[in-house]
Amino acid sequence: MGEFKVHRVRFFDYMPSGIRALAYNRDTERMAVARIDGSVEVFHSSDRFFQEKIIPGREQCGIEGLSWVGQRLFSAGLNGGITEYDLTNQKVKYTVDAYGGPIWTITGNQQGTHLAVGCEDGTVKLFEVNEDKIQFERNLDRQKSRIISLSWHPSGSKIAAGMMDMIQIFNVETGHSVHRMLADRGVGTSRSKECVVWSVVYLSDGTIISGDSVGMVKLWDDQTGTLIKSHNVTKCDVLALSISQNEDSLVAGTSEGTVVQFQFVSVVLGKDDKEWVRTRTFKNHTHDIRAVAEITTAVVSGGMDAQLVVRPLLDKIEVRSAASALRKIHFPHRKLVSCARKSGLMLFQYSGHLELWRLGESEGKATPGSSLFVKRNPEKLLHLKVKGEDHIGCSAVSPCGEWIVYSTASSLRLYRLHFDNNNVSITKISKLPKVLSSANQLCFSSDSSYLFSASTQSSVHLVSLSQSGCKFVGTLKPKSGSHQAIHLLAASEDGKWLASANSDHEVHIYNLQTRKVHCTVPVYSSAVTAMGIHPTTNCLFIMYADQQMCEYSIEQNEYTDWSRTVQRKGLHRFWLERDTPCLNVMFNPQNPSHVILHDMYMLCIIDKSLPLPDDKTQFYNQLTLKSLPEEQRKSHSHAFKISKTFKDILFVELMSDQSLVVVERPLEDVATQLPAPIKQKKFAT
Amino acid sequence: MVEQSDVRVVRCGGSKINFRPPIISTDSRFLLCASGDSVKVYSTRTEEWLHSLQGHTNQVTGIALNPANHLQVYSCSADGTVKLWDFIDGILIKTFIIGHPLFAIYVSEKHEGIVFLHIVMDTESKKEGFQLVAVHLPKSAEQEVEAKELSAVSSQISPNPSCTAFGREGQYIAFARNLQLNVYFFRKQKTYSFSLKATDKKGAKNAFTCIACHPTDDCIATGHEDGKIRLWRNFIHKKEYTYSTQHWHHNAVNTLCFTPEGTNLLSGGIESVLVQWQYGAGNRKEILPRLGGSILHVSTSSDGQLFCTSHSDNKITVIESSFKVCGVIQGLVKGDAVLTDLMIDPRSKALVLNGKPGHLQFYSLLRDKHLYNLDIVQQEYIYEAGLDQFEVVKAAFDRKGFWLATVEERGQKSSDLEFFLKLWAYDESTQSFVLNTTITAAHTDRIISMCFSSSEETTMLVTTAEEGQFKAWCQGVDADTEQDQNFWSCDFVGSYHNLKPTNCSFSADSSLLAVSFQEVITIWSPDTWELLTTLCQPPGVIRDLCFGQLSCSKYLIATTTENLLCCWNLLTCALEWSTSVEVSKLQLDPLSENVAAFSYQSEHTDLFVFKPNEPRPLFSHKNVCSEKIHRAVFVPREEPLNSCDESSQWLNRSQLYFLTQNMDLMTFSTATEEDRLLSSSRRLVIDDSVAVTPFYLLLGKHRQQQQKLDTPSHPAADKPQQPQGSVTITELLHTPAHVLPAASVLCSMFVSSLLISNTGVQDPLRKEMESSEQEMNGEEEDSEEEMEACDSQQELRAQGSVDEVTPKLSKAQERELKRVRKTDFSWMAGLVDSKP
Repeated sequence: MGEFKVHRVRFFDYMPSGIRALAYNRDTERMAVARIDGSVEVFHSSDRFFQEKIIPGREQCGIEGLSWVGQRLFSAGLNGGITEYDLTNQKVKYTVDAYGGPIWTITGNQQGTHLAVGCEDGTVKLFEVNEDKIQFERNLDRQKSRIISLSWHPSGSKIAAGMMDMIQIFNVETGHSVHRMLADRGVGTSRSKECVVWSVVYLSDGTIISGDSVGMVKLWDDQTGTLIKSHNVTKCDVLALSISQNEDSLVAGTSEGTVVQFQFVSVVLGKDDKEWVRTRTFKNHTHDIRAVAEITTAVVSGGMDAQLVVRPLLDKIEVRSAASALRKIHFPHRKLVSCARKSGLMLFQYSGHLELWRLGESEGKATPGSSLFVKRNPEKLLHLKVKGEDHIGCSAVSPCGEWIVYSTASSLRLYRLHFDNNNVSITKISKLPKVLSSANQLCFSSDSSYLFSASTQSSVHLVSLSQSGCKFVGTLKPKSGSHQAIHLLAASEDGKWLASANSDHEVHIYNLQTRKVHCTVPVYSSAVTAMGIHPTTNCLFIMYADQQMCEYSIEQNEYTDWSRTVQRKGLHRFWLERDTPCLNVMFNPQNPSHVILHDMYMLCIIDKSLPLPDDKTQFYNQLTLKSLPEEQRKSHSHAFKISKTFKDILFVELMSDQSLVVVERPLEDVATQLPAPIKQKKFAT
Repeated sequence: MVEQSDVRVVRCGGSKINFRPPIISTDSRFLLCASGDSVKVYSTRTEEWLHSLQGHTNQVTGIALNPANHLQVYSCSADGTVKLWDFIDGILIKTFIIGHPLFAIYVSEKHEGIVFLHIVMDTESKKEGFQLVAVHLPKSAEQEVEAKELSAVSSQISPNPSCTAFGREGQYIAFARNLQLNVYFFRKQKTYSFSLKATDKKGAKNAFTCIACHPTDDCIATGHEDGKIRLWRNFIHKKEYTYSTQHWHHNAVNTLCFTPEGTNLLSGGIESVLVQWQYGAGNRKEILPRLGGSILHVSTSSDGQLFCTSHSDNKITVIESSFKVCGVIQGLVKGDAVLTDLMIDPRSKALVLNGKPGHLQFYSLLRDKHLYNLDIVQQEYIYEAGLDQFEVVKAAFDRKGFWLATVEERGQKSSDLEFFLKLWAYDESTQSFVLNTTITAAHTDRIISMCFSSSEETTMLVTTAEEGQFKAWCQGVDADTEQDQNFWSCDFVGSYHNLKPTNCSFSADSSLLAVSFQEVITIWSPDTWELLTTLCQPPGVIRDLCFGQLSCSKYLIATTTENLLCCWNLLTCALEWSTSVEVSKLQLDPLSENVAAFSYQSEHTDLFVFKPNEPRPLFSHKNVCSEKIHRAVFVPREEPLNSCDESSQWLNRSQLYFLTQNMDLMTFSTATEEDRLLSSSRRLVIDDSVAVTPFYLLLGKHRQQQQKLDTPSHPAADKPQQPQGSVTITELLHTPAHVLPAASVLCSMFVSSLLISNTGVQDPLRKEMESSEQEMNGEEEDSEEEMEACDSQQELRAQGSVDEVTPKLSKAQERELKRVRKTDFSWMAGLVDSKP
């Protein structure tokens, strides 16, 4: 496998932000996730929940609700505005103020014509969705207390609104309240506390289901306005409800971290007499579940513990496969760390600031697996705060360590670093070309003379850097295809090639000398998660979200032989069953046949000179190989060498001095920084 | 050697009542439970044992109410029969012979005439052999019917009968084994199966332990090894089935039961807490804690007003639906082992042995009732595994039952042994034993055996211990404290060549004490403490010894470890006889000369009963059971049997009980006893099985005569009718007092009814008349209206009154009827018999 000196970095205190809202679009199979820091992410549910798009948030944004209207995504928050997102370019399109105080909930009707928002002042406001904007239409009858939750009847003629202590049904035509249903407060001490109806769901048969702060899931009849049945789910709050598409299953998320499933099953088999029955309970969260969504084959839940959990419903799945396994998404599928490979610097990207660290140094030699003596401790050189309210979208440090660049939704800033002895100073490059107003992805060329900035319309701006400043050189544009934002850039070592991947799975390769598109890699059905250009052969190595890999020779303009062999023979079952995407591709210059990959749980070296494993061979064979005598090892080894020494890996990079930097963020550390969960009595404690 | 003929090993008295779930009768008045070879009927109100349904020849393994008749109960047994009983009167109605050992029975209202049984097929290996079969019970007038129409339902059956249950309206049957749940639909004849993983990441153990089906909804509740309860729904879909989980029990759920309305689900486990879950309300539940031993079964009455739970300490608790315990039926408590011997309390004739931890229990075998527990250790028992706590290991009564000596011990496993010798005096006022003396260091090492002397004037206790000494303890004034109370103190310390004593025994008149020191038996005089003689028959250490009784009191019998049974004559001090037999237990009958010896040889135990004066056994019974027997006791009978049969004579005065290794209390029953029981039930069957119609009066008479001819040897059957059956008395009791004639008028009639009619010189015609009159009585018992009519008729005849209230037959008509009765209609009986 090869021996490396490894910098085990654990001082990147990255904290994922809690999940506040979920919205699922069944037509496009996209799951939109809103986090507490105001960022919105889009996951592709049929592509192994790959995080396709990230729209960074803002300070004081406070998203409370998300809603899809057709292919358009809207959010509303406590700042009182309704925001539409430009998903193509991954940024906010516009924000409209609803003038009703903080907005607690937003929901669109099934017809896709109207949006309803519930405001602090007790009004339900209807907005008409136009071609390019939304237009305020009118208010429904104003209530005394804030509107916490809303749900449209599938026909679009009625709206149920959850409030403090009650549920109101509005007729959308007249705007008047049809029924008022009182939710009783709990027994005991909570009787004095108001009962908050956190979530309502309006079914097509006229049943309204509510989840409240008393811990009850209640079923109401909208004709009579009466309670049909109530289920006591928890002692704490029921925060979120979600109904399946055919309305036979309901999931409820509680503040205990459990998801409770209710099913509409016939009480007597073979008869139509059906009833809502509480069935399964899933416990995958430690903290409050703020949002649940039942998609076709799974229950997706997210909450304060910042992980997105996809729990498959085995009864809905035809064939069990890796794609239908329980999945927990902790970290973003993007690089948050960039490395100056030649000078040993690391740039950590937080939402509101950047940190620049110098790696430590060690001395002496040690046997593999043991730790070296640290001669010099790692050192934090720089803490760079972002100006303005926007959060950082992307950042990069140049390989030589002289340049730092970051971009927010509104601005892009380039800094130059000066080292004199132990002092570090930075100067901001003031006169930036106008095209560099904002970027989706940033990358330096390997000799640090160029900055590549991915911009709108899948274009890449080329800026040359020099001592004096920077100069806009030109724009690389794909000939045709989609205008989706670029999320990955890879420059070749010799400065000749640049590869870009966008969220429509297109990979374009540009010739930097001619500044033209050289070729386009055939589009694959799965998203590109990582890619890299080999320093000697100039082959582009691409990793896809479904764990497939390919190697594309840029010069020959075709897949390499090895890549074809991989496609023909297929990959090992265990490799395909991994549930986190590979996030970086590296090459070992000393051994050109080696490709280094990593995902959240493992580090892998693919030796292209060795035979590929088939399903019968033992995949994780490191220990077996160790026990075998030297002669037999050869026959038993295969191309995949996997190390699980490191856990919860955020980022791995191979430095120029042949040492590996492994940035770990142990989940236990994340858990300790979370707020305390609701105290629960555990048996035998 | 006497042929072993009609003496049988039975489970009778002190059996497990928690073996199978108890049943509450439809009117909630009776509680039925399988107990040994019989079914016991208790009253739910008073918890009294009413009677037993006896007739099975092996363990009863299941009971179920007959869904067609709520006064009848089916029972199945390992002897391969299903019996139908009238449980109120204790009558055996029918026996269905299946031919395979049966292990559980299930019935359903919708499957009339069919019972479902767990059987073991002989052809298969024992582990896999459990099968669920449906048996069609043939309709036949005969008492014993062979039911050979078996149809297998499934062979994937757990040996645990609580893993099978009928679903709503008997449409399906659910059964589970290990990790698989199967639901078989009768109409579709299709099985749906669902399996769980053995374990999961969180360490759940998912094996099924019990099943219950909701009475009105299609919902199956299953209990699991890790304490979870799952409620399965939608189980006609292979994929879209669903279940919800409820978890309270921390250990395996032993039993589940829905209340008849289906509003609640009851569950119980090792925690001995009854949990009532509200159906459909998630985790809402009520609990009833501290019920005693762990709960094995729960059942409910059909109106849902009563629940009963059976517990591992052989107890049934009756619980009202308001979750209040309203009754406890306690059986013989059986712990893991009986450390004390089986003993008989001379006063109450109760069996005494270890009961609850630290207690001695007194159990009346005659009434089959737990009397009371005597707390010996008098310390709180802590229920925790691995804790070394005091246990009663030895106990002895003196001959009159006035003194009780007990030894409690702690630290048997570790080296630091702690033990106390306690002496208890019987207190007449409290009717219980009161602690008299506690001796903390009676010996320096463990006490091996002890016995009381039985002389009239002084009681003496002798203990032997491992240190090599035996001590005699006497009651007397303690010189140190000079108190008037009579405490026990050591009187004599004896030893013999520093050998380890093993056994001690007093002769019947207490004039001699025999103490065995390994191979040597020493005979001491308790008056002078003089070593009189030693007896020795090497090789082999003495295992058991006892003096003969009554006419054989000059003999001393001993067994050795080297398979020798010796008998010495104490007058000659010579070996009278000896025989080579491996005896594991030697037991003396206190009421006769007989001695019972259990011999364990080649995987089974034989019993020999002999008298010390002759070396030939009176009685021998091969293959009593397959285990070694260490505990046995003779229990005196309340009234001696007068069996003249040679082989069963030794059981006339007392009954021999023994305890097998898996804690089954067994006894020997004689043919005489069984005949008495059987004949009484059979006689009643004739009265009951045929409806009383005029037709029956004509034909039944004939059949009854036949019956009498068939069973001439049963004296009990020929007993005169009880006076209760008399017309006069029923009349007296049933007529309101204000319409009765003066007592003087009734007196002569009453007295004459009590007289036994002189049958010796009756002409056949009279006899016929009488029998017909008896039939009339039977008829009157059955239908009250008719009886009253006849009563008034008789009354009128007796009084000569002319008041005619009810229409009745004229005398001429009556005579005609009598004449018709006398004619032989046996040809018609033949017709009736041949009809089915």
